Amino acid sequence: MRFRNLCFLALALLVAYVAIMTVAELPPYGRPDNPVHNQVAERYIDGALTETGALNMVTAIVLDYRAYDTMFETIVLFTATLAVVITLKTGKGGGREQ
Amino acid sequence: MRDFILKRAAALILPFIFVYGIYVILHGAVSPGGSFAGGIIVGLSFVAFATIYGIEKGKAKLPEQVLVWTESYGTLWYGLMGMVGLGRGVPFLANKLAGVDLGTPGTLASGGLIPLIGLGVGIRVASTIVTLFFTMMEEES
Repeated sequence: MRFRNLCFLALALLVAYVAIMTVAELPPYGRPDNPVHNQVAERYIDGALTETGALNMVTAIVLDYRAYDTMFETIVLFTATLAVVITLKTGKGGGREQ
Repeated sequence: MRDFILKRAAALILPFIFVYGIYVILHGAVSPGGSFAGGIIVGLSFVAFATIYGIEKGKAKLPEQVLVWTESYGTLWYGLMGMVGLGRGVPFLANKLAGVDLGTPGTLASGGLIPLIGLGVGIRVASTIVTLFFTMMEEES
């Protein structure tokens, strides 16, 4: 059992080492030539008003550019409600009689 | 809960919370907020009502049939708004491509389909909050 614990410790240290090295490789926060500042963000900032007519840029992205994504977010909400109702609904009081 | 002060204060405040939630949903394209935040506000006004006045009165205010209806048809309304694009021969959920009038930016009717889509999302979020709350309270009692 002691040997097994040592193996787990070595594995945990290895995972931590890999995670720390990955974080160390990330570009510094907020530099203008980071890879996240690509043409997608520029397109949203420049064209959100003329292409969607919405002043609120977040709404323009969520409900116009990424409307397909938001549609499935609402389906996720529906599925969550369905799971809770199936699990917790007692059957007495309200609802259709069986 | 049978606190007189709490009930009277809630009777004064809750209608304004409800109307403010609808305001946030409808002005999603113009001002900060949006359909998710507005739906949460509308749902939480019903949750506060049911907490203060009792679960029975809350259910009388918002019957289960209404909840089932909004749960089911909120996403369908979203999909129907997407069908506008398909009917015009452009991709699903297209807004400007579908030739919808975008209106003047800054007014309530701006953004083409965005306020209509946001209405569906807001109804979905509000009914989700209320359904989860009622189901869990029913389990508790």
